[in-house]
Amino acid sequence: MPTMDSLPAHMRPERSFQGLILTLQRYWADYGCVILQPYDMEVGAGTFHPATTLRALGPKRWNAAYVQPSRRPKDGRYGENPNRLQHYYQFQVILKPSPPDIQELYLKSLAAIGVDSALHDIRFVEDDWESPTLGAWGLGWECWCDGMEVSQFTYFQQVAGVECAPVAGELTYGLERLAMYVQGVDRVYDLNFNGREGAEKVGYGDVFLQAEQEYSRHNFEIADTAMLFEQFRMAEEACKKYLAAGWREGSNQREHLMALPAYDQCIKASHVFNLLDARGVISVTERQSYILRVRDLAKACGEAWVHTEAGRAA
Amino acid sequence: MPDLLLELFSEEIPARMQAKAADDLRRMVTDKLVAEGLVYEGARAFATPRRLALIVHGIPARQPDLKEERRGPRVGGAEPAIQGFLKATGLSSISEAKIQSDKKGDFYIALLEKPGRPALDVLAEILPVIVRTFPWPKSMRWGARSARPGALTWVRPLHAITATFGPETEEPDVVQFSVDGIEAGQTTFGHRFMAPNAISVRHFHDYEAKLQAAKVVLDPRARKDMILADAKTLAQAQNFELIEDQGLLDEVAGLVEWPVPLMGSFDEEFLSIPDEVIRATIRNNQKCFVVSDPNTDKLTNKFILTANIEATDGGKAIVAGNERVIRARLSDAKFFYETDLKTRLEDRLPKFDHIVFHEKLGTQGERIKRIERLAAEIAPLVGADIEKTKRAARLAKADLLTEVVGEFPELQGLMGKYYALAQGEDASVAAASEDHYKPQGPADRVPTDPVSVAVALADKIDTLVGFWAIDEKPTGSKDPYALRRAALGAIRLIAENELRLSVLEVTNSALGSLLEKRPKEAIIDDLPSDLLAFFADRLKVQLRDQGARHDLVDAVFSLGGQDDLLLVVRRVEALGKFLDTDDGKNLLAGTKRAGNILAIEEKRDKRTFDGAPDPSLYRRDEEKALAKAIDQVKREASNAVAREDFAGAMSALAKLRPAVDAFFDKVKVNDDDLKVRENRLKVLNEIRAATRAVADFSKIQD
Repeated sequence: MPTMDSLPAHMRPERSFQGLILTLQRYWADYGCVILQPYDMEVGAGTFHPATTLRALGPKRWNAAYVQPSRRPKDGRYGENPNRLQHYYQFQVILKPSPPDIQELYLKSLAAIGVDSALHDIRFVEDDWESPTLGAWGLGWECWCDGMEVSQFTYFQQVAGVECAPVAGELTYGLERLAMYVQGVDRVYDLNFNGREGAEKVGYGDVFLQAEQEYSRHNFEIADTAMLFEQFRMAEEACKKYLAAGWREGSNQREHLMALPAYDQCIKASHVFNLLDARGVISVTERQSYILRVRDLAKACGEAWVHTEAGRAA
Repeated sequence: MPDLLLELFSEEIPARMQAKAADDLRRMVTDKLVAEGLVYEGARAFATPRRLALIVHGIPARQPDLKEERRGPRVGGAEPAIQGFLKATGLSSISEAKIQSDKKGDFYIALLEKPGRPALDVLAEILPVIVRTFPWPKSMRWGARSARPGALTWVRPLHAITATFGPETEEPDVVQFSVDGIEAGQTTFGHRFMAPNAISVRHFHDYEAKLQAAKVVLDPRARKDMILADAKTLAQAQNFELIEDQGLLDEVAGLVEWPVPLMGSFDEEFLSIPDEVIRATIRNNQKCFVVSDPNTDKLTNKFILTANIEATDGGKAIVAGNERVIRARLSDAKFFYETDLKTRLEDRLPKFDHIVFHEKLGTQGERIKRIERLAAEIAPLVGADIEKTKRAARLAKADLLTEVVGEFPELQGLMGKYYALAQGEDASVAAASEDHYKPQGPADRVPTDPVSVAVALADKIDTLVGFWAIDEKPTGSKDPYALRRAALGAIRLIAENELRLSVLEVTNSALGSLLEKRPKEAIIDDLPSDLLAFFADRLKVQLRDQGARHDLVDAVFSLGGQDDLLLVVRRVEALGKFLDTDDGKNLLAGTKRAGNILAIEEKRDKRTFDGAPDPSLYRRDEEKALAKAIDQVKREASNAVAREDFAGAMSALAKLRPAVDAFFDKVKVNDDDLKVRENRLKVLNEIRAATRAVADFSKIQD
């Protein structure tokens, strides 16, 4: 792995947003992770990627890292808030089983992107994670650097209603925040994206400001709620249909042959629900029942997954 | 005698769990030692973010030997029974057993000597069990072993166990045990960043000293002292004052092994936000202390953070980083605050019609209307302006829908006050936003402004009546809606403001409003009386907590119809004072004696002795004197009670005492003449009746 100093300036993690991503990818690739690309569906967090949700289940080893664009329709601020976005990037690492030195691995990854632990105050502050929609929970921390939360660190105990055996460790880096920190920038749109200066420089705002404005309008004002309600219903039905269709009686055990396509529909339902929530058309009581409906899908997908080749014991 | 040193070294333990965990560790280990006959001299436990540590001083090196006699089968008993006895006791032949004779015959007795085991072995047995059964509020599995059944769980992954045992002057032994692959040893680690290397430890003293050298302050109290002292010094160096905050100090001391307080600042423009909002932002989100200017008593633009390292640049980067986060947080807070100011409180109210307060009790909107109506009824009773009270009740909860309260729920009420003042509301109306939640606990301030008092009472009574109506009363330790606190709050509002009102009338009125909208919820018979009994219970608890006599509450409520809590409190006070006097004590004794005699005779004759005694049947002067005294006292006591002069009523009662004493001294109640006997029992009944002018003496404990 090249040291930071051997990188050209525009590739360095403290100079460019993409340099930060590339550095993290190299670091975790060097550790032995498969470096995946973002999942090609709208999700609320990197955890939803099947490489985390489903691969966290079952006994097989799994070490992966990837960037995941994450959509939080409610967090849109029309591009006016310096650090709130309805679309942002997470860098996600999943290590199963969680290695004994996972905290050290994490701290070294911070060092790789230029956070010197002799100079900065790095802390593990209690933060228990629970995702009602995924039927998942774990214990861990928010990782603070000089008072700023830069990552989430979780030991998964249960996902999709299934006990994790063995437990996977999940690291989620909030890339924009981390980049703002290492670049010393107070407004996300001021981030240097490509590490170039002058006319060649592309900023985060150049790439995403218009999108934030447009999607905020869409998420809060225009998104077609009749269509979304219908999409939720369709995704829910499709998920159940694919799950039902996927079960087979194998030679000596029950098998499932379509957990992944079914799970896609669960992801879809979850995102559609988030959009409906942002449009303010779901009441407090209904909200709970939608969350439970998505959770039921997630649980059924988890149950299917542990009966697939990748999800069961060898 | 030897000492035990135990350390459980793990990943970061949540700050809020550390103190209890240290205490649990000490308790569990020492309880087990004592149960094993190992009486120790002393024990102390410590916690840091990464370790729980325990030192137990003066443990005997061995358990005491135990001698036990075990009784076996009868002499000449069946062979299998004798064989079984030999096996159980380890005797090689029955001739080794003694024979003991008693009434039932001759029996074999085995004398067993159980030699005490070395404490080291006992520890090796009990410590792994304690690790396995440690009561963390939440614990987890980790790593490859988590796939196996029975995997160790701990609050966060456990990495190392240090366990040594031995006298301070010698090389100690390692207590040999392992838990799920972690072998106990004598290796621990220093500060995560400043001294991460392994450290070999022997005894507590070198353990504590080596940790200190490795930048770990073991004792949480020492860390707190360091943080507080340094933070004060930093503030004072600039002629400012640290705002002390015990909860925050406890938490921060649980986040660092090597505390390094540093001071940072923020832009003065943020001081336009209310101090409480700045403090909540900086405290809750960033776990930093705020600083005030003693000249103005207002916050300054400084804050104090507690780092976990001595940074190589003296902390410049850490301060700069924290300043940046705090600036972003305060920008958010300022934005929230300024956004809130753009909407008038009353304009937020319609939204409450869509927010469910409780499934069975309707929306917040309905509740606010009920409170407004009830507060308006209470207003004249407490001397509050009705229009102001209605306005205050209407606006009191509006801040729940503001951005700032959404972010910092603990600022509810206070923000309402600020927003009300900002939109030009009357000062009393604004104050009610904050004060109608009070008093929140026994130590909280009780509002005195009549408008706040009326709204506060209405809020609490509506809550109580509502949850009573849907049968969600507190049971045992469960009180999810804090109804006990609400009732105690109402009692304190009434007592400390000396309010005169009928609890029954007010609760009836609140119930009426509730039933208009939700008629089917009236499921409890006689709800107001039931609620009144709950108030009586709360009053007893309060008096008991104050060290006053709570049995007197029963003595007063037992009279019936006592729903003016202020009068109840006053009567209880007067009664308490009276019973402290000789007159009081003797009269209580006499009244009880009369009561006891009556109870026995009523049972025997299967009748009561109500009704006026017949003066023609009086045979002795003492009877006549008592009857006369009763007449007089009854009248005087009742008059005094009618004037609410309870001290006067007690003085009147005191006059009864010599006559009662003389009566019991000279007069035999169970006279042979049945007519005379009946008449004397009626006189006794009159004593009881006379004392009931102030209280039911039979409920008073001796």
